Amino acid sequence: MKAQAIQKWDTQIKPESGIFEINLGELWQYRDLLWLLVRRDFVAFYKQTILGPIWFFIQPLLTTLTFMIVFSRMAKLSTDGLPPMLFYLSGVTCWMYFSESFTKTSDTFIANANIFGKVYFPRLVIPLSIVISNLIRFGIQFCLFLAVWLFYMIGTDKIHPNIYVLLLPLLVLLMAGLALGLGIIFSSLTTKYRDLRFLLAFGVQLLMFATPVILPLSAMNKTYSWIIKLNPITPIIETFRYMFLGTGTFSWTQLGYSTIVTIVLVMVGILVFNKVEKSFMDTV
Amino acid sequence: MEKNIIIHAENISKLYRLGEVGTGTLSHDLNRWWHRIRGKNDPYLRLGQENKRDAKGDEYVWALKDINFEIAQGDVVGIIGRNGAGKSTLLKILSRVTKPTTGSISAKGRIASLLEVGTGFHPELTGRDNIFLNGAILGMTKHEIKRKFDEIVDFAGVERYIDTPVKRYSSGMYVRLAFGVAAHLEPEILIVDEVLAVGDAEFQKKALGKMKSVSQNDGRTVLFVSHNMASIASLCNKGIYMQNGGIKFEGDIDDTIRLYNKSATSGAKTSEEDGFYDLTDFNDKSLNIQVTGAQLFCDGVKTNTLVTGSKVAFEFRYTLNRGSKMREFGIMVKNSQEEFVFEVDTNHLGQKIQNNETNGVIRFEFPEFRLFGNEEYIIDFYFGDVELRRSYLYKDLVRFNLVMTDVYNSGKILQAKYNKFYQDVLFSQD
Repeated sequence: MKAQAIQKWDTQIKPESGIFEINLGELWQYRDLLWLLVRRDFVAFYKQTILGPIWFFIQPLLTTLTFMIVFSRMAKLSTDGLPPMLFYLSGVTCWMYFSESFTKTSDTFIANANIFGKVYFPRLVIPLSIVISNLIRFGIQFCLFLAVWLFYMIGTDKIHPNIYVLLLPLLVLLMAGLALGLGIIFSSLTTKYRDLRFLLAFGVQLLMFATPVILPLSAMNKTYSWIIKLNPITPIIETFRYMFLGTGTFSWTQLGYSTIVTIVLVMVGILVFNKVEKSFMDTV
Repeated sequence: MEKNIIIHAENISKLYRLGEVGTGTLSHDLNRWWHRIRGKNDPYLRLGQENKRDAKGDEYVWALKDINFEIAQGDVVGIIGRNGAGKSTLLKILSRVTKPTTGSISAKGRIASLLEVGTGFHPELTGRDNIFLNGAILGMTKHEIKRKFDEIVDFAGVERYIDTPVKRYSSGMYVRLAFGVAAHLEPEILIVDEVLAVGDAEFQKKALGKMKSVSQNDGRTVLFVSHNMASIASLCNKGIYMQNGGIKFEGDIDDTIRLYNKSATSGAKTSEEDGFYDLTDFNDKSLNIQVTGAQLFCDGVKTNTLVTGSKVAFEFRYTLNRGSKMREFGIMVKNSQEEFVFEVDTNHLGQKIQNNETNGVIRFEFPEFRLFGNEEYIIDFYFGDVELRRSYLYKDLVRFNLVMTDVYNSGKILQAKYNKFYQDVLFSQD
């Protein structure tokens, strides 16, 4: 009789759960919340702005324009023989998706301390919703890129897209995974050590210079390019340019390296996040 | 019928670190980790001690210590205790916001908490969007919310504003909508903390009624934390009385409230029965004026149980630094729902304080104490310093219990619900 009663308990609250105890089924139960959060992020973004969703275009366009003037016109940096507009826009579009998702997810615990302190739901829903709502944003900005790309395709013969375009979903997945993995690792650590927040704010900016957003890999100094190659985002952006524009470096090893790093980061991230989410209210 | 246990808690304890978490965190963490890899226990765990806020001690404290309880299905349990007794910590553990340091809880079914209304409301979104979002945060599926949508809107009475961003809502509408969503959840176990402190009287009634029907008609279990004894008494059938991180009493709600009202231990040290409160430790030693103790009398007897209609006196002993002057002295009395019921001060009485001696006693005497009720009251007192032109208020240190009597000698006692005071009445008939 007693044994039967024990089996019926369906909520267990215990102190230390095993580090590998991740409840993915529960995450699935809360899928509606995930979509509603994505919707909220998306709608709340342009509420009470005059230009509304146009803001999604203004950011990458202005950044690209600035890069064109500063790096291409004034500093005369190489763009791999590509029209500067297209070169920078491709880098900026990818980079913005990664950096936005990364910085926002890294703030998960602190920004949501209020809700987390009151209601329980699988905390992983929040970073996932951020990565997904940014994905929609990326989708919109990608359309902008496509439009510019088509314009140059028809107008010039400098652009040679190739079959590797089929790798696009993988690239997007890698960017999302990297941002998610790094983001949740950082968010878990910042609950205790706030210093990381400051580090992160300019760290992301610096990281952009270790990524071929502004300078193509081919134009980099050979002695330092290994640092750039160590950065798992480098192959993603290089591949992105290669498949759409036909220039850039592409290698399966590089892409494989990115994939492995992403998988490791996501797994480590989920483990750390899962551990922190249970006790962070006491330290935040 | 065998009782169906729905929550079973065993040895729940929770350790908190006091003070600021910041500098030193890393060194403690490293130390902890170093102990762990050598297979030793956490060096900070054993430092924990009972949660007594007035006693100085280590920086780690047990907010909860060895809590055991069982709750049967359909029970509405009122959790009472003074601030800092561990009620909120217990609710946080139950609602899985934080985990216990030791022990485990098993429960059947979904636990949803209503710790504070409006959690997760986004000001820019419309009422409609927020109902869905908030419902989902509280664990409902989209389908469930859709089914309940009309009911929620109706309950909150915000039909006209449903497509307006909630930042345009009045605070009342906001609260009604938020409570509406939560009240229409269908969890097996609902946890409610102090929500009823907001909203107007009519809404509070509605909210209480809803909670009652949730438990009575649907057989759901409700855990309710509040300082409002009246709503606890009307809503709950079981009570848990918490003190210093432990459960002091568990049983029928009436017994629990009675016991709670009787004890006055978290205020100043008192020889409870004889109504003396030693206040020496609660003064700011840097002030010119120190209130060292309070003594309550009922019909000339030293006691903290006062009887309505009898002769009552409050005495406050003080010391003055030479040369400083006390401008006024007053008391404010509030009931257990923290509502002030009356105030007396020397200023309003038109009395001047004589500042000739370096110590003295302020005495307020009530020939006939007309406060009416059957609960615990708290006396806050304050005094003004002439030189510093400032007043100082001391809260929650002195308490007394009031006993109702048959004030009109009719053999019938007035109901505390309708009478907070009584009057002398002359009745005549023509």
